[in-house]
Amino acid sequence: MLPLKEKDRPIVRALLDAGCCARCILRFCCVSLQSAYRQNYEDLTCELQSFADTRETSISGDSAEKEQQDVPPCKKIRLDIEKGGDEDGKDVKESAEKTESNICVVCLGVLQHFCDKDFAKKIAETVMAEKYEFHSLVLSVSLPAQLSVREHSAWLLVKKEMREKTMCLGKDDVIQVKEAYKWILHSLVSQELGVPALAKSLFEVSVGFKHPETDGDCHFLAATCSGCFKPAKNKQSVFTRMAVVKALEKITEESFRRKFSCPPKRPTTLCALQEIQCLHVPVFVAGRYNKFSRTLPQTPWVIDGERRMESSVEELITAPLLSAFQAEGFNFSSSGRPFAVELLNPHKAQFSTEEVHQLQETINKSSSKIRVRDLQIVTREAVGHMKEGEEEKTKSYCALIWTQRPIEENDIEFLNDIKDLNIAQKTPLRVLHRRPLAVRQRVIHTMSAQYRDSHHFCLQLRTQAGTYIKEFVHGDFGRTRPNLCDLMKTETDILELDVESVDVDWPPVIPEPESQKGRSSLPEHQHKDTPPSQEDIQCHPLGSLF
Amino acid sequence: MEDTEIRGAPSVIDRYFTKWYKTDLKGKPCEDHCVLQHSNRICVITLAETHPLLQKGKAIKSISYQISSACSRLENKVSGKSKRGGQFLTELAPLCRITSTDGEEFTIFSCVRGRLLEVNADILTRPNLLLEKPSTEGYIAIILPKFEESKSITEGLLTRTEYEDVVSKRAAMKDLL
Repeated sequence: MLPLKEKDRPIVRALLDAGCCARCILRFCCVSLQSAYRQNYEDLTCELQSFADTRETSISGDSAEKEQQDVPPCKKIRLDIEKGGDEDGKDVKESAEKTESNICVVCLGVLQHFCDKDFAKKIAETVMAEKYEFHSLVLSVSLPAQLSVREHSAWLLVKKEMREKTMCLGKDDVIQVKEAYKWILHSLVSQELGVPALAKSLFEVSVGFKHPETDGDCHFLAATCSGCFKPAKNKQSVFTRMAVVKALEKITEESFRRKFSCPPKRPTTLCALQEIQCLHVPVFVAGRYNKFSRTLPQTPWVIDGERRMESSVEELITAPLLSAFQAEGFNFSSSGRPFAVELLNPHKAQFSTEEVHQLQETINKSSSKIRVRDLQIVTREAVGHMKEGEEEKTKSYCALIWTQRPIEENDIEFLNDIKDLNIAQKTPLRVLHRRPLAVRQRVIHTMSAQYRDSHHFCLQLRTQAGTYIKEFVHGDFGRTRPNLCDLMKTETDILELDVESVDVDWPPVIPEPESQKGRSSLPEHQHKDTPPSQEDIQCHPLGSLF
Repeated sequence: MEDTEIRGAPSVIDRYFTKWYKTDLKGKPCEDHCVLQHSNRICVITLAETHPLLQKGKAIKSISYQISSACSRLENKVSGKSKRGGQFLTELAPLCRITSTDGEEFTIFSCVRGRLLEVNADILTRPNLLLEKPSTEGYIAIILPKFEESKSITEGLLTRTEYEDVVSKRAAMKDLL
């Protein structure tokens, strides 16, 4: 028995006449009993038809008898399911031509054909083929925007019926197509995949539908509510679901009825499945690294499609991670030595502490140019914190300076006395192609100079994080002021730069297991006494500064 | 060239930039410009060493970025990574006008197609920068060519060797007269 009351009868009749499917009718009658929707479609349709055909005077108790007399054959209502829109709608046209279209004018067939066991099986097969590891899933559905327009049209029809019978029902009481759809599909998909379908999960399966035949249904809204439809560069169509919903809220009943038929026109084709997409939330992996090569850039150095320097810190760290987590992409960010990698759409996301440690070893074994420490899975919030405190952090460097004019030991002593020097740095030319043009205020906290010869000295600096050291030394066409040339009153240039230390306590230190103790405590700072070489100066993107 | 010999190592310009030249801009003899092209495709427009302004005895009276009543290069504002809002320049777009104390007027041109990122405001307050350090602190403007055009922008420009050729030919002509 359907949970329908006497008052629902006129609505049911009106919607049946309009071409609405059984489940949509239940929705407009505000039936919130989930099991009603899960009933077999044909049975549901028959029950509804008999409910509609019963004379008004019959009470539920007597209706059973009367129904048997008045019920017309259910067969004509049955949707020809064999020729449904499964195979690219090829066969749908045939069946549509045979009989008057039975496709629901509101849900365009979504609630008629796409919520049975077969469809659930199809979803399950697609998901399994992509080989993800998951323990639950969230099912998300995207429907073409015109469903809102058709829903609105059917709603106006229902309102008219209610007004005549002086009933009061809010549009918000009507069950949404998506909700009813999920009520049916959740348990079916759950059964097929063996995991619960929840409201929230790390793994999302999105099912998208399209119905090109009725895409034009939305267009009239652009004329009446032009404010809602702003062309956005990235979107294919201006008629997004949000925009359509907004416009429907604004438009008056009269305007709507003038431009759109009430009830909506019957479609000749069934809604088609656009895609089934799987997405796992990203996993964040953080750690610390040391770089032991002057020529290893932080990010891949490619100009005009040509690679200028083999490998990079980023690639050495992310390659084993991408492979282990079976991720489809990554975002690498670092605050100097601490780094974080966002692994996008990982097909495998659960790793034990030992497994993560193994990964760290894999990275370290792959190249002698870098070494990673404290590799761990972290949360997105933790990564946010890494970037937050950057302004307050300080970093220490050691630079080999060349001066144009000859210098003596006492010429550089004054540098030791400079404390908290404020400098203004315009975005350096060497990164200006990919960073916004801006002026950065930075502080050089302390400096210490060691004389080498008449044209060279070693300068140690402790600066605010984010300071461009090279530009402070050579001035970057005068775009960093004051710079070392100004202070020394001569042209100066930087021949070598080493990062001494990074004063930050994130990510949390992970104690090395006993067997690794000997190897883990390498000092951060290397190459202090190597003499300058041509190679060092030529190719030096020095990503560690960022 | 001389730089490396003195310092024993390439300078910032040598490390990161390629020098390109445009000579006799708009037919005016010796009004030569030097475009410093960074390996990341950004171009810095500077005066070439043969430009009249950089010859002995010249002093600057005024520099102006107001190239027409409607357009001042100083008002150029860019925002974001893609440098939206920057004035788009063609090769012969004027950047600024410089007047020397002896009454001569010179216009400095863009030489490359691209988006104007910034002009050097420092030379307005310290014109000597232009005379003393024309290749570094006395630069005129910074331009970002379109990514697709990064290679083609140098098609209309001379390499250092070709420039030196032009300069020596001029000297030879002078000797003949």
